[in-house]
Amino acid sequence: MSELTVTRLTDRGMISLRGDLSDDALRSACTGLSGGDFPEAGHAIVSGDKGLLWMSPDEVLILLPQEEVGQALETLGSALAGSHHLAVDVSDARALFRLEGSGLRDTLQKLTPADLSPATFGPGRIRRTRLAQVAAALWMPGEGQVDLVCFRSVADYVQRLLEVAAEGGPVGFHPA
Amino acid sequence: MLIFTCPCCGERADETELSPGGEAHIERQSVESSDEAFEGYLFIRENPRGVHFERWRHAYGCGKWFNAARCTVTLEVFGTYPAQTMRPPQDLLDHISQRRPGWTWRDLA
Repeated sequence: MSELTVTRLTDRGMISLRGDLSDDALRSACTGLSGGDFPEAGHAIVSGDKGLLWMSPDEVLILLPQEEVGQALETLGSALAGSHHLAVDVSDARALFRLEGSGLRDTLQKLTPADLSPATFGPGRIRRTRLAQVAAALWMPGEGQVDLVCFRSVADYVQRLLEVAAEGGPVGFHPA
Repeated sequence: MLIFTCPCCGERADETELSPGGEAHIERQSVESSDEAFEGYLFIRENPRGVHFERWRHAYGCGKWFNAARCTVTLEVFGTYPAQTMRPPQDLLDHISQRRPGWTWRDLA
C-alpha cells in the first residue's frame, strides 16, 4: 500500500477570468484578491486557500474561499469595467482534489503524458494536461502535495482513477 | 509518438494532449472565388511523403491553435510557430533545409 491520500476539497471558490493578462488593471485586480504576485506563463502562485493559476495566454483561475466569491466578482467587475473580459464563478463547475504523501509524481505519471520530473514540474508551476481520459490542471502548493482541478462532471471518475493509481504504489520512475 | 512544444504556452505537449487540425496555411475561398479555387480550398491537400506543415490545437492544455512542421516519414518535429502567420518563419525553413536538403512543400522550398 502506498501512503498517498486523495482528498476532495469542497470549500474552495474558483473564478475563471479571461482577458488581456498584460493589462495592469487586470493584474492588480487579481493580485488584490489573491494577496500574492501575478504568475508568469505556466506558473501558479498559491498561498493557503488563495492563489492565482495561469491557465492560458488569456486566462487565469483565481482561488479563494468560497464565501468571498460573490464579493470578488463585484470587485473584478468594477475594476475591469469598460475593458473586454469575462469573469465567472466556476466553483461548482470544477472539482478540486488534494494529493498528499509519498510517490506523488509516480502515481500521477501513471495517468498523464506530462513530464512531471522535478526539473519541469514543482512548486510554483502549473501544468494543464490529461489524466487518463479527461482534462485536468495540476500544481504543487508545496513539496509532497499536489492539487488538481478537473470538471465536476468527471469528479467521481478522477477520484477513482487517483485511488487506483495510488494503490499500486510508486514504480520508481521518479525519485521519491 | 509526437511531442510538440506549444508556442502559446510553452509546454511540451504529447500528441494525445493535442487535437489535429489538418493542413496548415489553407487560404479561405468564398462565394466570389472561381470553382477551381473553391475546390482547392475544400478538397485539394498536399499529403506529402516527408516535410509537412500542419495545424494542431493544444486541446488538453491552453486550448490555442498553433502550426507545426514535421516529417511524415520519421515523425521528426522540425518546429512549431504561432497560427497567426501566413508563412512559416524563415529560421524554421532554414532548419528544415538543413535536415532535409531539397525538400519542397507547395511553393516553399
